[in-house]
Amino acid sequence: MIRALHPVKPKLVVIGNGMAGARLLEDVLALDSELFDITVFGDEPYGNYNRILLSNVLNGSQDAKEIFLNSLEWYKENDITLHAGQRVTKVDREAKTVHAGELTVPYDYLVFATGSKPFVPPVPGTSLHGVFVFRTLDDCRNIANYAKGCKNAVVIGGGLLGLEAAKGLMTHNVGVTVIEMAPWLMSVQLDEAGGKVLGQTIEKMGITAKTGASTKEFIGHTQVTGVRFADGSEIPADMVVVSAGIRPNTDLAKESGLKCDRALVVDDQLRTNDPAVFGVGECVQHNGMIYGLVAPLWEQTKVLAKVLTGVDTVAAYTGSKIATKLKVMGVELASMGRISDLQSTDEVVQFSEPSRRVYWKAIIRDGKVNAACLLGDLGPADDLMRMFHAGTSAPERRLELFFSANTEKKETSLADLPDSHQICDCNGVCKGTIVKAINAGKCTLPAVGKATRAGTGCGSCKKLIKGLIEAVAGGVKADPSEGWYVPAVPMDKPTLVFEVKARGLKSVSAVLAELGTSEDEKSKAGLASMLKGLWGSEYIDERDARFVNDRVHANIQKDGTFSVVPRAYGGVTTADELIRIGEVAKKYNVPMVKYTGGQRIDLLGIKKEDLPGVWRDLGMPSGYAYTKALRTVKTCVGSEFCRYGTNDSTSLGIALEKRYQGFEFPAKVKLGVSGCPRNCAESTVKDVGVVATEGGEWEVSIGGAAGAHVRKSDVLCRVKTQAEAIKVIGRFLIYYRDNAKWLERTYDFVPRIGLEAIRSIIVEDSLGIGGDLDYEVEKTAAAYVDPWLERDYPVYAGQFDDARRISLPVLT
Amino acid sequence: MSQTIAPPPRFTTICEMHELPIGLGRSFRIGEQSVAVFRTRTGKVFAVANECPHKGGPLADGMLAGEQVVCPLHTFRFDSTSGECDQPGVCAVATFPVEVVDGFVRIGITA
Repeated sequence: MIRALHPVKPKLVVIGNGMAGARLLEDVLALDSELFDITVFGDEPYGNYNRILLSNVLNGSQDAKEIFLNSLEWYKENDITLHAGQRVTKVDREAKTVHAGELTVPYDYLVFATGSKPFVPPVPGTSLHGVFVFRTLDDCRNIANYAKGCKNAVVIGGGLLGLEAAKGLMTHNVGVTVIEMAPWLMSVQLDEAGGKVLGQTIEKMGITAKTGASTKEFIGHTQVTGVRFADGSEIPADMVVVSAGIRPNTDLAKESGLKCDRALVVDDQLRTNDPAVFGVGECVQHNGMIYGLVAPLWEQTKVLAKVLTGVDTVAAYTGSKIATKLKVMGVELASMGRISDLQSTDEVVQFSEPSRRVYWKAIIRDGKVNAACLLGDLGPADDLMRMFHAGTSAPERRLELFFSANTEKKETSLADLPDSHQICDCNGVCKGTIVKAINAGKCTLPAVGKATRAGTGCGSCKKLIKGLIEAVAGGVKADPSEGWYVPAVPMDKPTLVFEVKARGLKSVSAVLAELGTSEDEKSKAGLASMLKGLWGSEYIDERDARFVNDRVHANIQKDGTFSVVPRAYGGVTTADELIRIGEVAKKYNVPMVKYTGGQRIDLLGIKKEDLPGVWRDLGMPSGYAYTKALRTVKTCVGSEFCRYGTNDSTSLGIALEKRYQGFEFPAKVKLGVSGCPRNCAESTVKDVGVVATEGGEWEVSIGGAAGAHVRKSDVLCRVKTQAEAIKVIGRFLIYYRDNAKWLERTYDFVPRIGLEAIRSIIVEDSLGIGGDLDYEVEKTAAAYVDPWLERDYPVYAGQFDDARRISLPVLT
Repeated sequence: MSQTIAPPPRFTTICEMHELPIGLGRSFRIGEQSVAVFRTRTGKVFAVANECPHKGGPLADGMLAGEQVVCPLHTFRFDSTSGECDQPGVCAVATFPVEVVDGFVRIGITA
């Protein structure tokens, strides 16, 4: 019926009905179940099955029926023509037809999912009776049947599949010897020490492992009787299972004239050199890599389905990070990356517990988990895999890779703290005081804050306070104000922005008059920041909505004096500037001249009335070290002078600072640029950090902090040029400016929104707002005026004045 | 019984109204007394001692939350009329009577 309605449905032909081919069909159908007229060719006379579970069939723990993914009925139901057990013999790319024996099927799109075949070493005797490969359901059955009359089985190959085969054979009461050419078992996933641990473990189970052994010949007349090695030694064997790895099935692709290297070469859209022909799974080579595990295959089929259906024609497969958890012969094993890929600059973290046969090893490259293997106990595996996949930095204390500080324990111990324990270090509030407030009914963060001031400083203790409320009162009461942008206006930010725009409210007083329920300093400052970003030059700037720092463009100190930090772009200065700063310090008797953590010079103890003069004499722009705006861009020396530097971090830092100076945000924003992965500018604990990598790229990360709250930033993307870095950072900064809550630092904002979501919006432009963000950057940059120029034109009465002296009339 | 009666405050002109920034404060030193004088957006003028009872912060540099002044150092709030702090355990700040006559701001200081 459907066919009649759509007589010209494009024809999709898939060669291969293994896990890749079948999964691709599922993915395509999920996106558009009626788009294609689908035909599938499968070598085996079945629907498709989960090859990973083959060893379970071999050892009898699962029935063959249980490992099928899609039955033959499934193909019928989905209107897919399946040619099971029919091998494609020829592809005519000119005519766009596929031939299998007598059968000719035309295609519009053709997908190679031909998978791989077992590698059989080119030694004599492979055709003897009793020599098997272990790859298909039929192999499985044949091995199981043959094993019944056998005493000694030899498995060639001590990799994953070989060990699985050995495990399967064990259940058939056969003595099993595993032969591995490499010096240890599972040489891809494990290092030597790990391989030895595994060897000991399986020996305990009654399997003999012979490593470093090169097979020379299978001996026997018609039936195999033994295996001979390169060193001349022999062992008896009445059956042999060859499981020495796999090789991609590329014969058909090669014969069809498609470009093949070690496998069928595909691009990021899984397309071959013929635009109508694609490849997926173990038979393809992407970016030099061939994957033999199932996870990368899922990633590939997902992308290919999008490309084929046109849902996302530029969907890109960019390679897979290999990580697996498996159980080999009862031994738990987790493997990430390539453990054998060790460079001299890598850091190796290892732990072993020989009595329990536990062995953990992680390789840290550029501060990240590059590879790891865990054996015997997978306690830290999940955390390691998360780090490995996300590309987040390894903990500073490397031992936390394996023995992470258990946060749950921390929280439960909250109840055990003495009442005198200080919870809020900013305001010096002890646990006892907070508990008292909670018992008095203050069961929200703001209520506790109002009653005790706890949590109203830097806010880093809020989690602890929440924990206390939970422990004491049994739960934190829902606090509707938590979602509000500022306390005085009961709206979240998007609603507020909408109302403000709809009503044309361009000043803080107008917003408070129309939408506000109260008036407080925090709300005023928050609204001022938001309105400035929203209206730009149309914003009506009421100075009473600003905190004193933002009125006099300096940071108030405990004695009412101010600190002055001029901009030093990228932390770079000159002799002349230094002399000028020195002269200013002398002229105004500056009590303290200090280097800041952000590579600038701070003049502390300046009287308010001296500010204009100090600025004038410095002749440098404001460093904004007093407000919620772009602060410093810390840099390392970089390739200009540093003998390790791989890229010009100072020039990028300067460019970033010049571009984004004067940008105001919901909270302060600090940047860092490091010229090599040594990361001397500590870029990974900045709101936005950039680190040059080997190969001339820049890695941009976001959401870092190293204050009251310490957080390692999350990698947003890698870019090739400074211009790209500046652009993507600008997009992120504007997105943060427009979406963060007032005073919400990036270290809270990034996890709240989610790194993946931010990446898709900022890097992949999934919302299509990239252009708008760029425009906002332009607009904001164009609006920049050095606030210190107000030195010559004070904006309101007494802006920079000392107390006016009034003498009292003499009493009479 | 004798009763000491405090002398009535003597009002001193300190500035013209337009010299007070809208919604903000300004500091004066009247005799020996440091005074922070505020002009709210609604036009009310009030005066408090320009020294936060908590840690001595300059209240004249503070922001207004309605008719409360917020100290710029640690955000303690003080009522413009009573001088009371919003936090328990912090003394009230001294307040001074204010009158505006013909555009001139006058503060009552008891010397």
